[in-house]
Amino acid sequence: MLKVENLVTGYRGKEGFVRAVDGVSFDIKKGETVCIVGESGSGKSVTSMSVMRLVEFENGEIISGSIEYMGEELTTKSNEEMRKIRGAEISMIFQEPLTALNPVFTVGKQIVEAIRYHQPLNKKQAMDRAQELLEMVGLSEPKTRLKQYPHELSGGMRQRVMIAIALASEPKLLIADEPTTALDVTIEAQILDLLRKLREEEEMSIMLVTHDIGVAAELSHRIIIMYAGKIMEIAESKELFEQPHHPYTKGLLESVPKMSGERGELLPTIEGTIPGLDQMPEGCRFAPRCEFATKKCHEENPPLESKRGRQVACWHVEEFLKSEEHHFSRKEDSIEVK
Amino acid sequence: MFRFILNRFGQSIILMFIVTVITFFLINLAPGGPTGVMRMDASPEERQAIVERLGLDEPVLVRYVQWVGNAVQGDLGTSFNSSEAVVDRIADRLPYTIELTVFTIIFSVIAGIILGVISALKRGKAADHVINFSSVIGLSVPSFWLGLMLILLFSVELGWLPSSGVGPRGADFDFAGWASHLAMPVLILSTTVLPNIVRFTRSSMLEVLSQNYIRTARSKGAKEFIVLYVHSLRNALIPIISIIGVLIPRLLSGAVITEAIFGWTGIGTLIIEAANGRDYPLIMGITVVITLVVIVSNLLVDIIYSQVDPRVKNMA
Repeated sequence: MLKVENLVTGYRGKEGFVRAVDGVSFDIKKGETVCIVGESGSGKSVTSMSVMRLVEFENGEIISGSIEYMGEELTTKSNEEMRKIRGAEISMIFQEPLTALNPVFTVGKQIVEAIRYHQPLNKKQAMDRAQELLEMVGLSEPKTRLKQYPHELSGGMRQRVMIAIALASEPKLLIADEPTTALDVTIEAQILDLLRKLREEEEMSIMLVTHDIGVAAELSHRIIIMYAGKIMEIAESKELFEQPHHPYTKGLLESVPKMSGERGELLPTIEGTIPGLDQMPEGCRFAPRCEFATKKCHEENPPLESKRGRQVACWHVEEFLKSEEHHFSRKEDSIEVK
Repeated sequence: MFRFILNRFGQSIILMFIVTVITFFLINLAPGGPTGVMRMDASPEERQAIVERLGLDEPVLVRYVQWVGNAVQGDLGTSFNSSEAVVDRIADRLPYTIELTVFTIIFSVIAGIILGVISALKRGKAADHVINFSSVIGLSVPSFWLGLMLILLFSVELGWLPSSGVGPRGADFDFAGWASHLAMPVLILSTTVLPNIVRFTRSSMLEVLSQNYIRTARSKGAKEFIVLYVHSLRNALIPIISIIGVLIPRLLSGAVITEAIFGWTGIGTLIIEAANGRDYPLIMGITVVITLVVIVSNLLVDIIYSQVDPRVKNMA
């Protein structure tokens, strides 16, 4: 249903053009939840903003590649054509529920607005629909909420309102960009439950962008691991947790705190930091932080290829897996997948 | 809301007290007095007689207390120079100043917001640079010079606009005459506030455009026109309302110069007259009225602010 191929998106700056997303390809099937996981700066948000074609409003630019939605090419559409897709076919919810709603308009007006951009309803009908939506996302007293302003609601409530807005026209694809990052853990669990429930009721596909591999484990069918603008690995989420095929994925999984770990044991981390957009290394982007890196890794960028039944971008998958078998005992600590 | 206004009223009384004390003592400290502007051949006895008649031989403190006593009863005294009641002299002139400043505010706010929005939307482009440059010119060129240049151009050279006066009034009133007399004074007085509104609108708009809720509006499928003029402008206007409150005192002091250039018979020319003639009661009267205007207009601005911004509504 969504097919992204060789997407390159970047920003024009003083030092020329920097690529935030560099040759990313993936697809999302109907009813599927795909999670893009990566550290901040990995290009995962830019990827989602590219699909919505919102990057252009934030000084970004899609340079090349294709984004195909239901057989239609999105990258060549005019803003007016895109406008009819945004909110109707593809909706988006954002990381910052506190600032994502317009402070001077009531919740009701903001939902009604989203409804009336795409559906031929009058104000009264739209208001009734808005109330329905608020009930659907589990807000108490929906009638009162409609008349309230965003500042009168808590962060979790505002994120529910955002979800209601996103679902207003029953989109087929929901892009959720770090929807729970700004929320408490209990609220996070509620919002994830809500997304799971809505996914089944509305039969929509979800593209979930997160830095939290735990959140990804909760919800996704497939996981895409991104690093420094490139995809490192794509796998069914269960398989990914069982056996990562990329050293970076392994690093990510290990850096999640586990209940079974020894007290006082240091949490493993990945040495170093993600490179800045203007100082991307030649060759494999992860090479400077990778223990398996060889000369070839530093010189040539590994393509995303099917290896052992999944897609990985690494020159040394075999060596990596061999060393993993060696440390087989550690795998008992791997995260439980729901 | 009621509490808020009551609170403001209390603050206003204190403010009024401070302003009148400072003004009263300042004008009495200034060299010369009402007798200083009398004819040169007036004898010392004549001068003394006038000082006694006007009660200026009393100590300043006593006179201030007397003045306050009368003022709170609505009696601002009698003008030294014309023997008319101060209240009447001000009432004659005030409508003209209000007319001038109100039209200046309307013009500056409309033009300022339009130019500011254009400047923000065309950031870095030619239009933005032209508007920014003009704002700096408007702010830095003294209005009396600019006023004289406009008179030279439009009145002397082109003969399009009258150079001074308030135009035909009362029974002879006609719209064209009135508008042509008002045009230049409004334009000149605008230079004291318009550039600020332009620059403020620009920065306010730019800030709003980078907000997350603007991205949300686009993600909902809002037309660009609605994104810019409903979602953005509505938010960008909130701080502009408060800057207008700050600009009102500046507008009133600017009115003094503007009225002098264009022979506009408002409060501005009256205060120059009063100061030159050491007309203490008139100076005090005008001070009180201008302070009142500033207080009331700021109160209005705050009330409007609380109505526009729902986050303040509950607090007020």
